[in-house]
Amino acid sequence: MAEWFRRKSEKIKTLDKREIAEGMWLKCPQCQEVVYRKMLEENHFICTNCTHHFRITSDNYIQLLMDDGKFEEIAANVQSVDPLNFKATKNYTDQIKTAQEKTGNKDAVKTLIGNINGIKAVLAIMDFSFIGGSMGSVVGEKISQAIDRAAKDHLPLVIITASGGARMQEGAYSLMQMAKISSKLARYSDLGGLYITVITDPTTGGTTASFAMLGDIILAEPNALIGFAGARVIKQTIGEELPEGFQRSEFLLEKGFIDHIVGRKELKTTLSDLFSFFNFGASEKEELSEVDDNE
Amino acid sequence: MSNYILEFEAPLREIEDKIDSMKSTGIKTGMDVTEAVQKLEEQLTNEKKILYENLSRWERVQLARHPKRPYSSDYISRITDYWFELHGDRYFSDDPAMICGIAVIDNLKLMIISQEKGRGTKSKLFRNFGMARPEGYRKALRLMKLAEKYKIPVLTLIDTPGAYPGLGAEERGQAEAIARNLFEMSKLRVPIINIVIGEGASGGALGIGVGDKMLCFENTWYSVISPEGCATILFRDASRAPEAADSMMVTAKDLKYFGIADTILPEPLGGTHQDYNQSADTLKNAILDSFLELNKIDPDKRIENRIEKYDKMGKWSDG
Ligand SMILES: [Zn+2]
Repeated sequence: MAEWFRRKSEKIKTLDKREIAEGMWLKCPQCQEVVYRKMLEENHFICTNCTHHFRITSDNYIQLLMDDGKFEEIAANVQSVDPLNFKATKNYTDQIKTAQEKTGNKDAVKTLIGNINGIKAVLAIMDFSFIGGSMGSVVGEKISQAIDRAAKDHLPLVIITASGGARMQEGAYSLMQMAKISSKLARYSDLGGLYITVITDPTTGGTTASFAMLGDIILAEPNALIGFAGARVIKQTIGEELPEGFQRSEFLLEKGFIDHIVGRKELKTTLSDLFSFFNFGASEKEELSEVDDNE
Repeated sequence: MSNYILEFEAPLREIEDKIDSMKSTGIKTGMDVTEAVQKLEEQLTNEKKILYENLSRWERVQLARHPKRPYSSDYISRITDYWFELHGDRYFSDDPAMICGIAVIDNLKLMIISQEKGRGTKSKLFRNFGMARPEGYRKALRLMKLAEKYKIPVLTLIDTPGAYPGLGAEERGQAEAIARNLFEMSKLRVPIINIVIGEGASGGALGIGVGDKMLCFENTWYSVISPEGCATILFRDASRAPEAADSMMVTAKDLKYFGIADTILPEPLGGTHQDYNQSADTLKNAILDSFLELNKIDPDKRIENRIEKYDKMGKWSDG
């Protein structure tokens, strides 16, 4: 596409639908502005017009957070076995295969170890693009192994959540992942571990009702949908309109469930500052960044 | 606006006005007023010294509530090298009357728990005039526990006209929230320093006020009830508050005399609001010195000392 055309179209928005569909241009769901994908990418997928944080993949978070994009994967080969031989409109095995091909990932979480501003940490990064970030045995086992690794090496643990909740296709097994991960977190906490949650859009159901709400420090990206039950279900049940901003990060902060809302651009520094402050990895104190009056 | 807005500061305001009119006369007439102005300024300095060195308790209470007095947030922004606010009680709400967060001052890491009154109508309403709800005390406790887990000492800054007396606050257990803090703070395994920077009204203040050392700025008050409250109940006349302030002995000096406060922090002449930076420096140095001392003590011993400190409080005869 010629440069002159690109500039012009940013202003007048005369794009044909095909271009949007091909993903060269993206429409911001918040301000409706059509933005050029490349520009958005350079801005960590934060809308250049209204700072809306687009949903991003686990690989995007790796690029955002890990020094030089480097990491060592934990439990890299754990993958689903379709424990219930589950068949609905789509059968589960096919669904997994499709998701794997689409995302290039084995399941809805990536677990890894690596450096964030020079401080070694264990991360579990969920990915909503893999069957809605749903949590089954694989997600449970991978996060569980990640927690064990953090406990063994006395490293801080960060879980970035993006999940519709438990994976129905695995029945009670998926439900029990909530207990499995929570119990591992309890043990890690008793060993003096530091667990930081980063809640991103959207995080709901069993994920919220377990590890998302258990961080020593709970951070959230701006305007992320965070809740237990779906807004539609609540509305039907109570027969009332829901308040403005219901189940968004800012709502949860006001209601006392989030420590701090952190923009994606500040996330890396915020995490490494917290590691240092809570005595992880930082031998020198001056690694904490200066007071920011813009808070 | 004049720096001297309280009723008892009227003599200072008069001299200030004289200085202003002398200066404008000079400008209008071209007369040399340097000497006259200098004389008046000397008079002001003398007058200030006399006035502020002989403050009554009630006058100190007014300074403690002075609208320009620095609040917790004013100190935090001046004394910390790193600051990250932490919100919420994880049950019901985030209470803006209580500002909490992690901080670094020089090389000292701290959990700061502080009460904030807010300045300007909007901010005052948001902060609920510094009157915390149960959520505020529960947020404070949650974060003190977090500090304990990572061996981070706790600093509390006290400045409240009281815990919020509201319907919802009662329903959600205002009394339980305060009581729980007294209990948990008594045995928290990290050092705790409590500093009164303005008003210390009763249980609302004590709810974040149990610790190893208590420091009070010079012009603060801390007691079981406000002088007005006491006057209303015991003298059946709120206007007798000055008398009540004397009867209850509510100032920093009184608390030092009682053995409740350990140290009185000096204020710039006329109150902390006369010089924010100087007051912040005083606070910062006091914090650094106090923790240096407390950090040397073994945690078990520190808790024992803390409980014994409170055990000594009160006056009684036995047989
Ligand atoms: Zn936008």
